[in-house]
Amino acid sequence: MNTQTVPSLSLANPHPPGATLQQKIALALVGIGLLILLLSWAGQASWQPLLSFVLSFSLITAGGLWYARDIYRGLPEGIKNNGVMFRSLSNRGIAGWITGVMITGFYTCLYWYPEWLRGLIQLFDPFSRALRGLAADQWFVYGSFYTFAVLLMGLKFMLKYRHNRYQIIRTVSVMFFQLIFSFLLPAWMQLLHQPDFYFSYFWPLKAEYLFPDKIAYLTGNYAHLGVFLVFWGAVMSFVAVPVLTYFYGKRWYCSWVCGCGALAETAGDPFRTLSDKSLRAWKIERWLIHSVLVFIVLTTVLLWLNSWKQGAVLGQFSQAFSKTYGFLIGSMFAGVVGTGFYPILGNRGWCRFGCPQAAILGLFQKYFSRFRITTNGGQCISCGNCSTYCEMGIDVKAYAQRGQDIVRASCVGCGIFSAVCPRGVLRLENGSIDISERGAELRL
Amino acid sequence: MKIVIIGNGIAGTNAARFIRKRSEHEIVLISDESWQPFSRTALMYIYMGHLKTEHTYLYEDWFWAKNRIERVFGRVNRLDVQARRLWLNDGAELSYDKLIIATGSLPNKLGWPGQDLAGVQGLYHLQDLAGMERHSPGLQRAVVVGGGLIGIEMAEMFHARHIPVTLLVREKSFWGNVLPAEESEMINRHLREHGIDLRLGAELQSIVDNGRGGAGAVLTKEGERIDCGFVGLTVGVSPNVGFLRDSGIELGRGVLVDAYLCTSDPHVFAIGDCAELRQPAAGRRPIEAIWYTGRMMGQTVAATICGEKTAYQPRLWFNSAKFFDIEYQVYGDVPARLPATVSSLYWEHPAGKKAVRINFDTATKAVTGFNLMGIRYRHEVCEKWILDGAPIETVLQQLSLANFDPEFFSEQEKQIVGQYNARQGTHLQLQSARKLDLVRRFLISKSSI
Ligand SMILES: Cc1cc2nc3c(=O)[nH]c(=O)nc-3n(C[C@H](O)[C@H](O)[C@H](O)COP(=O)(O)OP(=O)(O)OC[C@H]3O[C@@H](n4cnc5c(N)ncnc54)[C@H](O)[C@@H]3O)c2cc1C
Ligand code: SF4
Ligand code: SF4
Repeated sequence: MNTQTVPSLSLANPHPPGATLQQKIALALVGIGLLILLLSWAGQASWQPLLSFVLSFSLITAGGLWYARDIYRGLPEGIKNNGVMFRSLSNRGIAGWITGVMITGFYTCLYWYPEWLRGLIQLFDPFSRALRGLAADQWFVYGSFYTFAVLLMGLKFMLKYRHNRYQIIRTVSVMFFQLIFSFLLPAWMQLLHQPDFYFSYFWPLKAEYLFPDKIAYLTGNYAHLGVFLVFWGAVMSFVAVPVLTYFYGKRWYCSWVCGCGALAETAGDPFRTLSDKSLRAWKIERWLIHSVLVFIVLTTVLLWLNSWKQGAVLGQFSQAFSKTYGFLIGSMFAGVVGTGFYPILGNRGWCRFGCPQAAILGLFQKYFSRFRITTNGGQCISCGNCSTYCEMGIDVKAYAQRGQDIVRASCVGCGIFSAVCPRGVLRLENGSIDISERGAELRL
Repeated sequence: MKIVIIGNGIAGTNAARFIRKRSEHEIVLISDESWQPFSRTALMYIYMGHLKTEHTYLYEDWFWAKNRIERVFGRVNRLDVQARRLWLNDGAELSYDKLIIATGSLPNKLGWPGQDLAGVQGLYHLQDLAGMERHSPGLQRAVVVGGGLIGIEMAEMFHARHIPVTLLVREKSFWGNVLPAEESEMINRHLREHGIDLRLGAELQSIVDNGRGGAGAVLTKEGERIDCGFVGLTVGVSPNVGFLRDSGIELGRGVLVDAYLCTSDPHVFAIGDCAELRQPAAGRRPIEAIWYTGRMMGQTVAATICGEKTAYQPRLWFNSAKFFDIEYQVYGDVPARLPATVSSLYWEHPAGKKAVRINFDTATKAVTGFNLMGIRYRHEVCEKWILDGAPIETVLQQLSLANFDPEFFSEQEKQIVGQYNARQGTHLQLQSARKLDLVRRFLISKSSI
C-alpha cells in the first residue's frame, strides 16, 4: 500500500517564511504612516498638520496592531522565541546597526540640533495646543513618540505573552504610568499654567527635584502646589522608595512604574538578549552605576552647601555643576547611549550601568528587602535560557544550576526568565527569609 | 594525585568541579565533542534559534583556568588499567591515578534497513545538530521515529523551522509507556494542535534510498510509505562504552559499578549515562540516562575520590520536560498503569492544557507521586510530603504550599480539592497560602507522621 503523505500540517507555525497577505497589507499601512511622518519632517507638515498627524499615527497604530495580531493569531499560547538568534535586528546585524544609528541620530537632533526637527514639531503643534495649550517643542514631540512607542509595543508584548498574567499586569502598569504620569498629567498641569511636574520620577533620577534652585522655583512660583510637589518628591525619595523596595524589591519601580523601564520592557524587548552576561560586565556595572550615584549625591550636597553659604562654596560653578550632570548623565548616558544603543548594549544599558535611581533601589534590594528569586530544587538543566533572556545581564543559570536563591542588586524583576525557563525553575518572591539553605542537600 | 575524566558532559564536569572544591588534585577533562562543556539538554534551543551555542556553556571561560581544570580535546580509544594509562586517537598518552568514565550515551539504531543512509540520524551530540542543520535547507518533510522525550524535541525543532514533521509512535499514545493515559492524551492533542502529523501505533519498517544514498521515504510496518528527506531516530540511547570492550573493565549494557560508583577496577569509576548500577535502589533502574543522575553522580564520585567514601543515593525520583508549550514535572512514583494498591486523583483544567495528578496508597492514604502538566510545583515540598508519607487529605489541605507558578497566575488548588471532596464526600478546605515564609516553615518542620 502506498498512501499519499498528508500535505503540510504545519498550520500553526510562527513567522512562516514569507508574510501572509494580511501581514503585507498591515505593513503597508505602517509604511504609509511612516512616509507621512517623514514628509512632515521634511517640511510638508505646514500643509494640514492636524490631518497628517492623525493620519500618520492612526495608520501606524492600526497597521502595527494588525500585524502583531496576525503573527500571534491562531498560535497556541507559549514562548515565542523561535528564530530570535537568527534575526538581524536583535543580533547586532545590519538592521540592528541601522536602527541604532537612527535612534542615536534622533537623540542628537533632539538635544543639540532641535531646529532640524522643525517639520516634526510643526506636525505635533495642533496636538500640543489641544493637550496643553502650548505650542509644540522638541520635548513634546519626544514625549509623544516615547509614549506612543510604549503603548503600541506594550500591546504587542501583551499579545506575545498572553499566557502569562504577571507579564500582562506588569505591562498594563508601565503603560498606565507612562501615559498618565509621564505624559498626560504634566501636559494638563501646563494647560492649567502649573509646572510640568513628573510624579513618577524623583531624586536622584530627576536629581533637580531636590536641588535648591528648583525647590526655590517651585515654592516661589506655585505657592501651595509648589510646596506639595517638593514634599511629594521628598516623600517618594526618602519614604516610598525604601518602604516599597523593602516589600517588593526594586521591581515595583523599574519594571512597573518607571518610564525608562517602560520603554525598555516594551519597545526594547527584542533586544533583551544583548546584555553582556560576563563577570567582567558585572564588575564594570558596579563601578559605573555607583560612581554615578556618588557623583549625584556629592552634587546635591555641594549645591545645598553652596546655597546655605549663599554661593560661597561654588560661586559660579554651581550652575556648571548641575549642567554637567544634565549633559553627561541626563542626555548622553540616559538618552543617546541608553536608548540609542538598544540594538548594541541591550534594552537596559542605562538602567544597568548608569541610573542612580536603580543604584539606590539596588542597594535596598540587596541589603534591606524581602524580594528574592527562588529556584525549584534540582530541576535546572543548565540550558541557559534564563541568563540569555535576562535584560540585566545577570547570569541566572550560574545560581539556578546550583539550586541557589538569587538576590542581586540589578534585578528589575521583569520575570521573563521564569517564563522562558523550560523546566519551571525560577520564581520571584516576596518573603522575608532566604530559603536557599533549605535545599543544601539538594544543592548540586 | 592525577585524576583523568573521560567525557565533559554534566557528569564529568560536575565531578571535576567538586573534586576541585574538595582537593588540590591534578584534574584532566577529556572530550571528543566540544572543548567547552555545554548543556546537552539545550541542543534543541540552538537549532530553534532561542539560543546560540555559547549560551549553553556550563561555565564562563575563566572558570577552567581559575579552577585549574586542564581540558584535552581528543578521543580515548585505548585503556590499559594495569598500567593506568590511556591513549588518544592522535596517539597522545596519559597516565592517571584515578580514572572517571563519563562518556554518556549513543542514540540507538535497531538494525532497520536503510538506517545508515545520509539524512538518517539520532540527536545526541553537537555533531548531530550539525547534521540536522546540513539537511534542513529545502527539506520538504522530516519523519521522526520514536515517541519519547528526544523524539518530541526533534519534532518541535523542525516545526520551529517550518519543516513539516511526521512523528511515528509505536505505542497507542505519546510516551504511553511512561505517561498515564490522560497526560499522554493531552500531549497527543497538543501535538496535533501544533500541526504535527502524529501517527500513533505506527512502527518503522525500513528507510528507502532516494537513489543518491540519502533518505527518500520511510515504510511502516502497517504498510504505509511516507516520503521525506530526513529520518530522525529517537528510540532511546545506550551507554557509549564500545571503546572499553577490551579494557578488562566489567561491562553490562554500561560500565558496571557498585554503590560507590567504582568499576571492577578499584582505580576506575563510572558516572552518568554510561554507568550501570549493579544494585540500583528499590524501584529504580540500573541505568538512568538523565541529566540529574549525571549531576548527582559527579558530585558523589568527587567525594569518594577525595577520601570521603560516599554511596550514590539518588533520593526521590524526579524529572521534568517540556512538550512544545506544556511543561511537565514528576515527583516520586507515577507509573503509566496504576497498580492495584494505588489510587489516583487526577484533575484537568477545562481548557485541557493543565493537569495535576496525585497518586496515593489506597490503604494508608500516603501520597506516592505527583505529575504536573502546565503547572509548576515546588520540588522540595512534594518530596517532603512523599518521604513523610503524608496522607492525601493533609496534602490537599496544604496543597498551595507546593504551587510554584509565577505571581498572579490563577491557582488551581481549590478546584483540585473541590474535585476530591465531590468524589469522596469530604469537606476539605485549602488551608495554607503559597507564601514563601510558610513554605520555609513547612520544609524545616519535623514530619508529623
Ligand atoms: C536532545 C537531548 C535532550 C535531553 N533533554 C533532557 C532533559 O530535558 N532532562 C534530562 O534529565 N535529560 C535530558 N537528556 C539526557 C541528558 O542530556 C543526559 O542524560 C546527560 O547529558 C548525560 O550526561 P553525561 O555527562 O553522562 O554524558 P554526556 O553528556 O553524553 O557526555 C559524555 C561526553 O563524553 C564524550 N566521549 C564519549 N566517549 C569518549 C571517548 N572515548 N573519548 C573522549 N570523549 C568521549 C562524548 O562525546 C560527550 O561529550 C537529553 C538528551 C538529549 C540528547
Ligand atoms: S532556564 Fe531554567 S533550566 Fe535553563 S538554566 Fe535557567 S533555570 Fe536552569
Ligand atoms: S534576573 Fe530575572 S527578573 Fe531579574 S532582571 Fe533578570 S530576567 Fe528579569
